[in-house]
Amino acid sequence: MIDITQLEKPNQSRYAKKAKKGLSEAMIRYISKDKKEPDWMLKHRLQSYEIFLKKSMPKFGPDLSELNFDEIIYYAKPGKIKNTHSWKNVPKDIKRTFERLGIPKAERKYLAGAGAQYESQSVYHNLKEKYGKLGIIFEDMDKALNLYPELVKKYFMKAVTMRDHKFAALHGAVWSGGTFIYIPAGVTVDQPLQAYFRMNAKSMGQFEHTLIIVEAGAQGSYIECCSAPKYDSPSLHAGLVEIFVGENARFRYSSVENWSRNTFNLNTKRAIVDKNGIMEWVSGNMGSKRTMLYPCSILRGEGSRADHLGIAFANGDQIQDTGAKVVHAAKNTSSKIVMKSISKNGGESIFRGMVKILRGAKGSVAHLKCDSLLLDDKSKANTIPALEIDENDVSAGHEATTGKISDEQMFYCGSRGIEPDTATGMIVNGFIEPIVKELPLEYAVEMNRLIELEMEEAGAVG
Amino acid sequence: MFFNIKNLSVEVQNKPILKGLSLAVKAGEIHAIMGPNGSGKSTLTNAVAGHPKYKITAGDIFFNGVSIKDLAPHKRALQGIFAAFQSPQTVSGVSVYDFLKTALTSIKKSRGEKIPDPIVLRKFLREKIEEAGLEAEFLYRNVNEGFSGGEKKKLEIAQMAVLEPRLAILDEIDSGLDIDALKNIAKLIKRGASKKRSIILITHHQRILEYVKPNFIHIMVCGKIVESGDSRITHKLEQKGYKSFKIPLIKST
Repeated sequence: MIDITQLEKPNQSRYAKKAKKGLSEAMIRYISKDKKEPDWMLKHRLQSYEIFLKKSMPKFGPDLSELNFDEIIYYAKPGKIKNTHSWKNVPKDIKRTFERLGIPKAERKYLAGAGAQYESQSVYHNLKEKYGKLGIIFEDMDKALNLYPELVKKYFMKAVTMRDHKFAALHGAVWSGGTFIYIPAGVTVDQPLQAYFRMNAKSMGQFEHTLIIVEAGAQGSYIECCSAPKYDSPSLHAGLVEIFVGENARFRYSSVENWSRNTFNLNTKRAIVDKNGIMEWVSGNMGSKRTMLYPCSILRGEGSRADHLGIAFANGDQIQDTGAKVVHAAKNTSSKIVMKSISKNGGESIFRGMVKILRGAKGSVAHLKCDSLLLDDKSKANTIPALEIDENDVSAGHEATTGKISDEQMFYCGSRGIEPDTATGMIVNGFIEPIVKELPLEYAVEMNRLIELEMEEAGAVG
Repeated sequence: MFFNIKNLSVEVQNKPILKGLSLAVKAGEIHAIMGPNGSGKSTLTNAVAGHPKYKITAGDIFFNGVSIKDLAPHKRALQGIFAAFQSPQTVSGVSVYDFLKTALTSIKKSRGEKIPDPIVLRKFLREKIEEAGLEAEFLYRNVNEGFSGGEKKKLEIAQMAVLEPRLAILDEIDSGLDIDALKNIAKLIKRGASKKRSIILITHHQRILEYVKPNFIHIMVCGKIVESGDSRITHKLEQKGYKSFKIPLIKST
């Protein structure tokens, strides 16, 4: 059993004292200089910053008025910690944080390599040798920019551009750390690559960039868990994930996000899928104050496919505004979106499912399904499906259900000696089971535990 | 008396269904209740199990001499009362294995017993499932999801065998079963009863009674037991139908 107070207990911060709140051109220049970045990246940052200043806040979704951009720390690095390949070299208090989160165990047992982001710098990065020999790159994003500048330049913010929306522009200006994965053509990585992100300072923004390139015929998967300690003032997470799936390639991206309950989680994730490629998203969203997250797949190659599976749990004053977006831009593409949301104790889940089938994408098939479960009368669930279809020869459908655990089910469980709380937990687990079973074992266990915690929590935090 | 229903009146959504029903069951006895559609047989099952929609307006239910009418369903189950329902609920996403494990854990805990380790438990559950006439793979299917009528009934019986109740009320457990399955279920019911388990068997059909051979047969009409006896009562029923039994002079609303 995980204790939620363990997860939300901050470490004594190792920040350099000069970590400043607020954003300015000087700050952006400082970030770039401190990271010894190439000139094009500095230009990219400054251009993004200009766009950020001009762009308005999203015109849909939950109220973000409590988010004060001047109160956020956009860049900080812990002490003098360098990237390290050995667990031994990780500083003790940082290690404690990871141990509390159960990372080393998970990593040792199952996982191929681990990149964990601590504040804005990676402190721990481990990759098994055999993957290196196969030509696979699994690197901290800052380091990748220095080691593979051409590769990064070719793909960086090409799936999501700085012009997409305000938070993409903000990300482009202040991004720091993250993960870079490159799987060469024809190579298969059988175990998931994993990273564990964690914010650990008051008002600390987290702007990690994940860039994944899967060449033709390659296969792999990546999984990350995100968790952040709780502080009094709100923090912001505006990460960005870009995935390029080549011809006949297949990739699965899984994430379990459990941000502190005062975090604004405004994350952008997008994949571009080539001919006959397959992209799979599996996500669990818990925690945070407000979440806006709609992983997107652009099916630009003929016969390509996207699967989106997700769970959102809104507890207490949380609003989980999540969903998925798929653009069918080529013939015979197919997509399946399955979302499950749970709302408890006044929590609000909103599902936005958008499927666009462009003219010429003949023979495309899209299916959208969202099931919402309300655990009490105070809670809310909203489903907003949108199908935009500009082609006749296609098949698209959506279905949505909103339900409460029925009295009949509760009675049936009761008649077998199962008490109400246990029955509710069992039914909730059953409700999300189709998605949890897609996660690797350790993460499935973690997801179930987090859900269990949410079930126990009153949720009246914040 | 082990299980005693005294002058029980029950209404559902303000509609009276049971109208002063009494039934006394001793330990180890098998009682059959027969009656036409709408006579209140399923209401009796639900009232005994404690369904919140079934309101007891008069009378009481005693188990081992203590009233259970105000107990929550799970508390009745923990005391050893089991109900097999006519249309058991689907529990989406919950496997039969997890469902039974959760139920058994709860019941064992209340009895101060330990839950067997996973290997032993799995074997035990598989045996009970197979005995009831279901393939072992049903353990990994979701509870009653996509089950045929007969399969649901078999699972109800398997659950009874797993949870080892002291009193089981079985509502139309014989419907949807073919003759071989019926014989098998009857055998399991009878075997269970010989181990100090009392059974109340509710049915439309006499066939199962031929195999189970209850100690008593009761005829229920319009929310009351109107006649009780042994197997001879079924002959009367066969020849003359339910009309031959006196119907209480209470108007149903």
